[in-house]
Amino acid sequence: MPAFDEMNGFGQGVRPAYRTIQAWLDSSDPENLKRLQKEAEFLFRRIGITFAVYGDAEAEERIIPFDIVPRVLTGSEWTALSKGLTQRVTALNRFLADVYGAGEIIRAGVVPADLVYQNPAFRPEMVGLKLPHDVYVQIAGIDVIRTDDKDFYVLEDNARTPSGVSYMLENRDVQMRLFPDLFAETRIQPVDNYPDELLASLRSVAPISAPAEPTVVLMTPGPLNSAYYEHSFLADKLGVELVEGRDLFVLDEVVYMRTTRGPKRVDVIYRRIDDDFLDPMVFRPDSVLGIPGLISAYRAGNVTLANAVGTGVADDKAIYTYMPEIVRFYLGEEPILKNVPTWRCREPDSLRYVLDHLPELVVKEVQGSGGYGMLVGPKSTREQIEAFRAKLMADPDGFIAQPTLALSTSPTFVGDGIAPRHIDLRPFVLTGADKVRIVPGGLTRVALKEGSLVVNSSQGGGTKDTWIIEDPADHASSGMSQSQSQAEG
Amino acid sequence: MLSRHADSLYWLARYVERAENTARLLEAATRLSATPILAEGGRNEWEMAVDGTGTLDLFHQQHAEATQRTVVDYLAFSHANPSSIRCCLDIARANARSVRTALTMDMWETINSGWMETRGVNSPNLTRQELSDFLSRVKELSLRFDGSAYRTMLRNDAYYFLRLGTFIERADFTARVLALKADVLDPNRPSIGGSSDYFQWSWILRSVSALTSYHWVYRDNLKPNLVAEFLILKAEMPRSLVSCYENVTLNLDSLSRDYGRQGASQRKARMLLSQLQDTTLPGLFAIGLKEFLERFILDNANLGNTIAEQYLG
Repeated sequence: MPAFDEMNGFGQGVRPAYRTIQAWLDSSDPENLKRLQKEAEFLFRRIGITFAVYGDAEAEERIIPFDIVPRVLTGSEWTALSKGLTQRVTALNRFLADVYGAGEIIRAGVVPADLVYQNPAFRPEMVGLKLPHDVYVQIAGIDVIRTDDKDFYVLEDNARTPSGVSYMLENRDVQMRLFPDLFAETRIQPVDNYPDELLASLRSVAPISAPAEPTVVLMTPGPLNSAYYEHSFLADKLGVELVEGRDLFVLDEVVYMRTTRGPKRVDVIYRRIDDDFLDPMVFRPDSVLGIPGLISAYRAGNVTLANAVGTGVADDKAIYTYMPEIVRFYLGEEPILKNVPTWRCREPDSLRYVLDHLPELVVKEVQGSGGYGMLVGPKSTREQIEAFRAKLMADPDGFIAQPTLALSTSPTFVGDGIAPRHIDLRPFVLTGADKVRIVPGGLTRVALKEGSLVVNSSQGGGTKDTWIIEDPADHASSGMSQSQSQAEG
Repeated sequence: MLSRHADSLYWLARYVERAENTARLLEAATRLSATPILAEGGRNEWEMAVDGTGTLDLFHQQHAEATQRTVVDYLAFSHANPSSIRCCLDIARANARSVRTALTMDMWETINSGWMETRGVNSPNLTRQELSDFLSRVKELSLRFDGSAYRTMLRNDAYYFLRLGTFIERADFTARVLALKADVLDPNRPSIGGSSDYFQWSWILRSVSALTSYHWVYRDNLKPNLVAEFLILKAEMPRSLVSCYENVTLNLDSLSRDYGRQGASQRKARMLLSQLQDTTLPGLFAIGLKEFLERFILDNANLGNTIAEQYLG
């Protein structure tokens, strides 16, 4: 069966949300689209989504392909999704406060103790530490997919240092520049307030002792990091200093940055650097990227780190399988967003099933990310499957397995025309002291290779602009027929 | 602003200026090499160009002979010369990238596209035309960078640090080129006469792109004492030491006004400026031109260190 297509459903004709897109594609000359696709690429290089080196092998500065056909969701689809995201991220934060606090969920037997305490991402330094407003994950990227027009499934929670938000913002920018007419016909919810929302969230979780206008900085590992462009882009939009470890120092458990006017106190660090590299006195001693003494200042409550240290214990793929239970445990609600059904290979029955069905399944490393180290059964040769079987049997605890989902497809410009390609969506969920903020939209990633289900940019994925539009008129008419039937009843 | 950002801006400007100056030295050498004259003491125009960058020792560790081939490679493309045009542009771009947030889009694009355009040029066997194109591009990069900074940057500390880099580097270069030829400019020295002297003087002016403006200011033939006066004491000549120091002082004063605090840099710069302003041509030659310039080069480097200590540490 072909996958659900965001534009054509299962072939029953164009879905209302995509009418504008369909009309636009029908009336566009493929040559013209091709030209605009090239133009888009040029704009990306010029605006500086990355600073690509033409024809250069240094992967340091390539660009991630942008597809000119937007992905569209209706307002009501978005409302349901964003409720689910808010619920899920709220539960993630409660879970983290619990596992670094009383550990009730473990004592209640809902999540196995070893999955938490033996987890390499668990940070003993965080135990017993009280964070401002109990917010651990200020910025989350939740990867969702769907296989029909009903439910979204969560593929992965990203609670460490999720990236990609600069693409969400730049994609919109380029889309508007290239296709102004398209925007004249449709009302699309804006995303450009994201930096303001982010700054408000970050300020709201400043230490209690911080001044009313806390000093926020964005910390990067430096220009050699693959996401450096995003770091400088965000710092610029936020209007905060882009710092490296060597710009900061700790004195009497307070963090300062070195400025031309002398030391300046720092209250909130939006860090885009992994836990391991934060503080050589506590984590990796060979890290030259970090700040000696940072964790002591953190533990003294004099600085906020966003995200908190040790959030990795919540976005691990093994913990992922417990998310529905985690939501029920803390919130007493049924999870709005579903998990993809998952076999935990650490459980003997599941392992047996997985080993018997490898050619149909997707098997992932619990600690893996970025599409590396995974087996996509239906796309693999017998040799690849057997090689993976050996890996799996050697370390069953290190893997989970999922059915091969037919991710929905979206019309995509490929080569000389439009063809369906599989997509996912990463919305960015901001948690502050006061509330959860989600800018309507997110980053739609698309697997550009025909038939491919892997959307990661490291594996040949591209991105699309993501539109949240007003519900099309059809909904109004279905509402009318409802009231008619009520009148008749 | 972050000290590291200020430091990167300061050096970004210095390296862009240095790349341009080196390009001008190479242009002057190319030109001189097309004339029949032989410089004094057996030194040829290519060796003079290297000497203008103050790295003759390093050059001779790497090359036995100064020829067009070895000097062009050393000054323009070599990674073994940390001040080669290639290295200057690499460092300038790396600095620009690390202070992306402090630059305007126009400035970034100038550096980035200039760097991309010139990085493909590499062969030590360039034709004269190819070399000339390359040098033009380098000068153009510097001019565009300067212009976009002037036209698009906010007038705040970032701008002042950038400008300080430009003028300190420029003063250093002018002083070095003059020091190199101090003896041919000394009016007390016996002339070897003929066209040799003329080519020496015009080489100096060409190296700092001042030949035409000299004629506009003096409406006279090249005279050694006037060449010295022009490049040291004439405030209307933008590459003269006094003009550079007017600008250094101006930018340091703007900084101290913004920050509400004066420091050692401001005091030193003002002292150097008033020394220059109080100097007369006869006074200059009484001290000895070479001594004066060597002293200045040291003082200028010293001021650079003081700025670093005061703001960039």
